[in-house]
Amino acid sequence: MSETGAQTVAYVRDTMLPAAPAPEAQSGAIKWLRENLFSGPVNTILTLLGIGIVYFLIVTFWDWFAHSVWNAGSLNECRQIIAATWGEGARGACWAVIRDRWNQYVFGFYPQDLYWRPTMTMGLMMVALAPVLFAPERRIRRILLVITAAVTLVSMIALSAPAGWLIFAAIVLIGGLWISERNVLWLLPFSVVFPLLGVWLLWGGSLWGPIFVLVGPILGWLAYRVMLRILPAASVIVAIIVTLLFWLTLAGEAARDAENLLSLSIQSVRSDRFGGFLLSVTIGVSGIALSLPLGIMLALARQSDMFLIKSLAVVFIEFIRGVPLITLLFVASLLLNYFLPPGTTFDIILRVIIMVTLFAAAYMAEVIRGGLAALPKGQYEAADALGLDYWKAQRLIVLPQALKISIPGIVSTFIGMFKDTTLVTFVGLYDPLKSMSDAVRASTDWKGIYWEPYIFVGAIFFLICFGMSRYSMYLERRLQRDHR
Amino acid sequence: MTDVSAPGNPPFRLSMLIYDRRYRSLTFQVIVFILVMAGLWWLVDNTIKNLALLGKNFNFGFLFQRAGYDIPQTPIPYTSDDTHFRAATVGLLNTLIVSVLGCIAATFLGIIVGVARLSKNWLFARLMTVFVEIFRNMPLLLWILIIYAIFTEILPTPAAYRGEDAAWSMIFFDHVALTNRYTALPTMAMTNDPGSLDLGARITFNWATISFAAVLILGVIVRRMIRNWAQSVQDRTGDRPRTWWMSLAVMTVPSLILIWYFGLHLVAPELTGFNFTGGLNVSNALVALWLALTLYTAAFIAEIVRAGILAVSKGQTEAAYALGLRPNRTMNLVILPQALRVIVPPLISQYLNLTKNSSLAIAVGYMDLRGTLGGTTLNQTGRELEAIVLMMLVYLALSLIISGAMNIFNARVKLKER
Amino acid sequence: MTKTVFLGTVAAASLFAGMSLAQEGSTLAQVKERDELNCGVNTGLVGFAAPDANGNWTGFDVALCRAVAAAVLGDGNKVRFVPTTGQTRFTALASGEVDVLARNSTWTFSRDTDLALDFVGVNYYDGQGFMVRKDLGVTSAKELDGATVCIQTGTTTELNLADYFRANGMNYTPVNIDSNAEGEQQYMAGACDAYTTDVSGLAATRAAFADPENHVILPEIISKEPLGPAVRHGDNNWGDIVRWTLNALIAAEEYGVTSRNIEELVRSSTNPEVQRLLGASDDLGAMLGLDNEWARRVIMTSGNYGEIFAANIGEQTPIGLARGLNAQWTQGGLLYAPPFR
Repeated sequence: MSETGAQTVAYVRDTMLPAAPAPEAQSGAIKWLRENLFSGPVNTILTLLGIGIVYFLIVTFWDWFAHSVWNAGSLNECRQIIAATWGEGARGACWAVIRDRWNQYVFGFYPQDLYWRPTMTMGLMMVALAPVLFAPERRIRRILLVITAAVTLVSMIALSAPAGWLIFAAIVLIGGLWISERNVLWLLPFSVVFPLLGVWLLWGGSLWGPIFVLVGPILGWLAYRVMLRILPAASVIVAIIVTLLFWLTLAGEAARDAENLLSLSIQSVRSDRFGGFLLSVTIGVSGIALSLPLGIMLALARQSDMFLIKSLAVVFIEFIRGVPLITLLFVASLLLNYFLPPGTTFDIILRVIIMVTLFAAAYMAEVIRGGLAALPKGQYEAADALGLDYWKAQRLIVLPQALKISIPGIVSTFIGMFKDTTLVTFVGLYDPLKSMSDAVRASTDWKGIYWEPYIFVGAIFFLICFGMSRYSMYLERRLQRDHR
Repeated sequence: MTDVSAPGNPPFRLSMLIYDRRYRSLTFQVIVFILVMAGLWWLVDNTIKNLALLGKNFNFGFLFQRAGYDIPQTPIPYTSDDTHFRAATVGLLNTLIVSVLGCIAATFLGIIVGVARLSKNWLFARLMTVFVEIFRNMPLLLWILIIYAIFTEILPTPAAYRGEDAAWSMIFFDHVALTNRYTALPTMAMTNDPGSLDLGARITFNWATISFAAVLILGVIVRRMIRNWAQSVQDRTGDRPRTWWMSLAVMTVPSLILIWYFGLHLVAPELTGFNFTGGLNVSNALVALWLALTLYTAAFIAEIVRAGILAVSKGQTEAAYALGLRPNRTMNLVILPQALRVIVPPLISQYLNLTKNSSLAIAVGYMDLRGTLGGTTLNQTGRELEAIVLMMLVYLALSLIISGAMNIFNARVKLKER
Repeated sequence: MTKTVFLGTVAAASLFAGMSLAQEGSTLAQVKERDELNCGVNTGLVGFAAPDANGNWTGFDVALCRAVAAAVLGDGNKVRFVPTTGQTRFTALASGEVDVLARNSTWTFSRDTDLALDFVGVNYYDGQGFMVRKDLGVTSAKELDGATVCIQTGTTTELNLADYFRANGMNYTPVNIDSNAEGEQQYMAGACDAYTTDVSGLAATRAAFADPENHVILPEIISKEPLGPAVRHGDNNWGDIVRWTLNALIAAEEYGVTSRNIEELVRSSTNPEVQRLLGASDDLGAMLGLDNEWARRVIMTSGNYGEIFAANIGEQTPIGLARGLNAQWTQGGLLYAPPFR
């Protein structure tokens, strides 16, 4: 066969041709353009449409952004500067309002000489979050903590924080970094204490209050250990009762007496001084921290075999999910006083936090229930087969998996809640978006300025929310890899 | 633990309420029940005490007093002489209007954006991603305020349309005027008005409207019959008769006849005095709220749609192609039915969210349920307890109705498992 | 699990920190015990009550709060200003969140009776009016048929407006707004032909415009709006304190007692009424449950009624209101403090 072939063919190539570059139209940028932008008539139209949109946006907004003024004392001054620099009739953005009212946007009406306190609280919060959020990767932790430490300390110096507190912050921040390099889980005790510390730093007052609040659960734990010997079944209930009793009866008195003995007070700041992003972040972070455990409990209750518990959870979740948040906030501001004993008053921020927490918890419960439902039944059966009791099974087998599945949902609930903190404007609190911008606009200097405050506040919200969603995607990928 | 050496059922002892699994959950539930009841009783008791202290009572009589305030947009006739109850009804209808319009528009936009994000066109897909991320990650309130501000700051006042050399002119053949107060739209008028059906309480429906609705519903039914017939022909012979022209005729011809019969024509709004009159003025509050709700919700729906389409495995498409189905039939018959199953449940909760978010109407002064019952009525009467409780119940009922209806739909598209 | 417990702790901690049971007893005793007066004010109306960039409150209503604090606590700075919206104001008062409400609220029959409030007096006689652009060519409110009118929801003005147009057989389209800032924005952009609210508010708004000369306030005053401080119904002693603090401010102007000459007048005044007012003779303070120098501190804090008016909303301020009805009765106005006797 090969014989005949060799005779009939005049020429046989016995070496390979050198590889030639792909044809012009099939390589490089042109190929990419053809494949991704102009692969057919529909695609070409879409591309042109897209280019049109981008062009329109640039033409409409470019000169406005390009003519930005950063340094002016009032809107009129801004307009004069724009007219002087870019000619009469030029449009321009007046970012000077942000510069002028920066403090108000960030701290609200918080006393100016105490700005370092919220700043420090934010820095310490990052340390407290390290073992919870950034646990998986040391590199990320290192970068974040170094940045946090640097930013916090520099801003505290700039805000002329007292030396003692500066040293305290430095110790915690750098110590936190040092510990996280060794074993990040050792930071957990700090994470436990931080909420109380943060509340104390933000609102001020006597340190004895938070201390005695912490004493409650410690006493409860002791009672639990004791009861474990005497009547184990009732031990949890007794522990809870002991804690609550201590809080409701003794804690207040004890804190007052201790304060008289040894004063450990810092200047107290009232809730009505909170505003701007400080308010949003305070409500957002407390809401997030509180709604997750509550949401888990609700989800477990809804999945429970006990009819009554299940029905209560269903009624609660469906009720909260069925009404707008704004009506709940109205309940907080208008009706809560009806439901409490006559003469009780109650901090409005706290009321709002409670309502926001309940709202987010109901959504969280549904997200986690989805995670619980997605677990194969075999996992529950395996837990039973091992003889684990209900709580052990939930803690060791069910919840870790269910929560892992629900991470995207949980984070989007968080994002939704953080965005919803702007609604507190409707109950008279100074949120950064509406109330604070209205307050800025009420002054004669900045009357008539609309776009700049909105864009600024929107951009900050975007950064935070976008960051959170990217982080959840990272976490999801990360945990998935471990899973395989 | 107590010893359980005795065979069979041990006699009941009190300690079994705690130690025996069978009784423990019962004990626990009874305790919880008592606690919840005690808590509720505490709340009710406090409320009664507080009301007594303030010299108030709990009754809804205020709903039937004269409201005394005006509402900008009233789907049913309303004047300041009407009762608070009617004002609340107007508010509820306004809530429903913006919610329904928002749901429809958000669904369309969301589907388009969601599909476009999967497009092979690099530029377009990126643009859509930017759209989704921007709208998802900023508060809805911001969008409502910005869009409303754009309307008020950029569009002209009605006066700009006045005079020979007016600065602005009406669009769509002089039928529509965009102003910073409202969009003035033309209204329908009839030369041959058949009169109205009076439902009492000053709610009327024009017979022409009713006959159009009837004709449309009939058209849909006939169209379905045509489809079934075509299907049966196809089943018998293998050839599907061309039916598109029949469907088109069924849907349009009767309506055209009605238009001719009633002498239906458009009446353009006219600028008289301060404002446009004679047309339908749709307030910017409604348009801004609707647009903001649409864009914001569409960003979420786009993500849901994208996830739904991605959830259908590629093998399904390939199998459909292997069977010789054309791409659009592949979409209709293979991919969409499967994607819908993933899409519908989260879509329901987006509809619910949109309805609840419409309560942010307060930011632009659109008088929805919260603006009437929970706003002006509450203020004028000082009945915050009653007004807020009633408002929450109405919203709750709305949510339950929507989720109920959508769950029925969901049950229909769900995979019929055997 | 540990996390759940500790977060629960936090919740309880903040609850414990934030919840405080008000002491039993009279408002006066509560305020003294707290050493601070809670005063409900507007969230931001320049001239009446508005926070500056540092959160310090100034304004006409704010000065009244400070005067009450000075009378009761001896220091005009011991006030906590609670910003209230049109919606939350009366609830805040009724629930005890604020001790006195000085939020340019109109004294009406139903508020005084049905809402269980007590208006203790009038600190500003106002009336509802309209502001329009000059180039509209409108000179009377009667010519506003068919106009679009910006109106703040939840106020008495909303009802007055409806009644006025109805009574005159005219039509209008309301544009509901939530705050004064929003109203200004809408009006400036031309989204409404007329802006209606109390004339004082209109003047304050117009003063802040870049071109005040292009806007006119129409002559018709369509309602009576006596604005005054309110207290909870039932605590008469507290009501007396607020009422007579206001009267002391008004009387001080009538008798020519100002924050500058007060020290001198305490020593030298021969007018028996001034002597009684300033506590130089008789025991008026004790009858209120206060000390005898209460009125002195009230006037010292930010001056008499005339001084407060001039400093916050008078003709020398950007708001530029004339005294008009708010002049002393001796000057042809309505301010008439009952005798201090």
